[in-house]
Amino acid sequence: MSMSYINRPNRPLHVYALLYLAFLYVPVLFLPLFSFNDSIFIAFPLKEFTFKWYEVMFNNEPMLAALANSVKVGVVTSIVATFLGIFAAKAVTRYRMPGRGPVVAFIMLPLVIPGIIFGVSLLILLSELGVRLSLYTVTLGHIIVCVPFAMVTMIPRFEGFDASIEEASSDLGENMWWTFWRVTFPVVFPGIIASFLLCFTISFDEFIIAFFLSGTEPTLPIYMWSQLRFPDKLPGVLALGSIILMVSFVVVFAAHWIRNRGMPYKRVGGV
Amino acid sequence: MSNNSSFISIQNVSKSFGSVAAVSDVSMEIGGGEFFSLLGPSGCGKTTLLRMLAGFETPTSGEIVIDGQSMSAVPPHQRPVNMVFQNYAIFPHLNIHDNIAYGMRKERLPQAELDKKVEEMLEMIKLPGYGKRRSHELSGGERQRVALARALIKRPKVLLLDEPLGALDKQLREQMQMELRALQRSVGITFVFVTHDQEEALTMSDRIAVMSKGRTLQIDSPTELYEKPITREVAAFIGTMNFFDGRVVSVDNDQIIVDAGALGIVKGIKDTTNFGVGEMAQIAVRPEKFSLSIGAPNGVGNFIEGNMISTAYLGERSYFHIAVNGIDQPIAVSAQNSASADINIRDHKGQVWLGWPDAAVVLLKQDASHSQAQ
Ligand SMILES: Nc1ncnc2c1ncn2[C@@H]1O[C@H](COP(=O)(O)OP(=O)(O)O)[C@@H](O)[C@H]1O
Ligand SMILES: [Mg+2]
Repeated sequence: MSMSYINRPNRPLHVYALLYLAFLYVPVLFLPLFSFNDSIFIAFPLKEFTFKWYEVMFNNEPMLAALANSVKVGVVTSIVATFLGIFAAKAVTRYRMPGRGPVVAFIMLPLVIPGIIFGVSLLILLSELGVRLSLYTVTLGHIIVCVPFAMVTMIPRFEGFDASIEEASSDLGENMWWTFWRVTFPVVFPGIIASFLLCFTISFDEFIIAFFLSGTEPTLPIYMWSQLRFPDKLPGVLALGSIILMVSFVVVFAAHWIRNRGMPYKRVGGV
Repeated sequence: MSNNSSFISIQNVSKSFGSVAAVSDVSMEIGGGEFFSLLGPSGCGKTTLLRMLAGFETPTSGEIVIDGQSMSAVPPHQRPVNMVFQNYAIFPHLNIHDNIAYGMRKERLPQAELDKKVEEMLEMIKLPGYGKRRSHELSGGERQRVALARALIKRPKVLLLDEPLGALDKQLREQMQMELRALQRSVGITFVFVTHDQEEALTMSDRIAVMSKGRTLQIDSPTELYEKPITREVAAFIGTMNFFDGRVVSVDNDQIIVDAGALGIVKGIKDTTNFGVGEMAQIAVRPEKFSLSIGAPNGVGNFIEGNMISTAYLGERSYFHIAVNGIDQPIAVSAQNSASADINIRDHKGQVWLGWPDAAVVLLKQDASHSQAQ
């Protein structure tokens, strides 16, 4: 029996997929590789195996400060953007507001405006207003950039969400707050996690806006970029990069697991 | 539950969505423990009326009173009613046990007692041991039962059901109709049941409100609706009905005599509807009230000669269409296919005789909608 070309195994496609994955991940794998290499030069052949750079990294106060800055900005950005995203997505999918189209388009605009334009305009605006540049201004910029991503992540959750289950909850005796807590929140929970992680990642490695809007305290990407001029600092950066890479993998798999698991549910008696 | 004659009172309730009048000036009284159906074609306002009872929609005007308490200021979560939604609205993030237990939070039962109650409900809906499953693992009929259990565990005074059997296939639907009716009898809760299926309404209900375009046309028991519809619209909506035009020639204490042209002189029984001599009237006769014979019937009675133009065999009964000179529409006639029935008549073509008793005649007022329609 001959198979249709649609489900016949396709060898060129397999090769392509393998090449694609290699192209994507081999450069990334150089990072951990060289972070254990006992040489300040990023070059083959490899020398001795060492943990030295990790030690250097932990003693590099400014770098740890930059990391802390990025984590702070990332956490605040992702919480605020996800929060705004939840309500924007709920409004967009549930209520037939007049002028809904333009409002959505307006919220989505940062998705297509180049970061550099956005950074410069925000910088001009903030300096006109006399706002001093700081981690707050970076966070503000990141929130604006992240809200559309949060919204795009949440909208499918609300669209797949049958509004009658909220009515069913109220019919079964729960007020607005309990309904949100027992129905709306758990049903959109995977979307909240996904949005949180996405916004954190965007903020964490965002360069251009942070470059324009940060004051004296650099975020990690800005700091790393500033260190590229000093070859002896590079392996320490590699060490940090490797750790971030590992954490990202763990986070992505965790997020995937949460999503597949649906959402946690509690036994009613224990609420 | 007491058989209070007015447990739910709907008083001149209207509801508009912008310029759409979904429900217009509807009034009805529903008794305690009654199985009450709202019947009407899609879009006639049944769901809107039910949602006003549940509190999800606020009447534009009018009032709803349940168990002596006005519902105007009572939000849905405080009403003594529970609803089985058209799509069942099972919580997707909870298993079946937690779905059924959902409304019991405020009771603060110990876990063991709650589990026992839920298990009792699962047994009642014939799904024992299903507590750990998720809604996507259930069939439509099973979901429908879970929605029922989730509402009934709260022991509501009124259960609202919005076309709960609409999504089920015919066989399951008929089985669920029986089960639902038996359940309602055993728990004694007032059921307000929405359906667009007249057969379903007729088999299940104590009383039915027939609705059309946001209004109620008639509220009566299934037998009354079928045997004594008060308007042509109701007569046409419930079952099949033959209509003939006529003019009243005389009215006495117990009879109304109508000249129906080609059908001849028809005698109708006088009931509450008043007719004046000379007034136009509609004569309505159900298909099964006619009797068919091949030879001319002897003796007295009403009969007319016609021409059999089609027959359809439907298992337990057969349908015939008979053309009569001077009457536009062929007359629909149905007969039971019993063993003793005249088999010949099914294969018969050509001349036949139609007979009917006076009691088969329903006299209706000539209404405006009809004269436009025909
Ligand atoms: N939320 C709503 N907004 C606007 N129109 C509505 C709304 N709900 C119902 N309608 C309109 O009201 C009428 C009655 O609807 P509905 O009560 O759902 O009818 P049924 O349940 O008998 O099919 C329909 O014309 C419908 O389009
Ligand atoms: Mg409906």
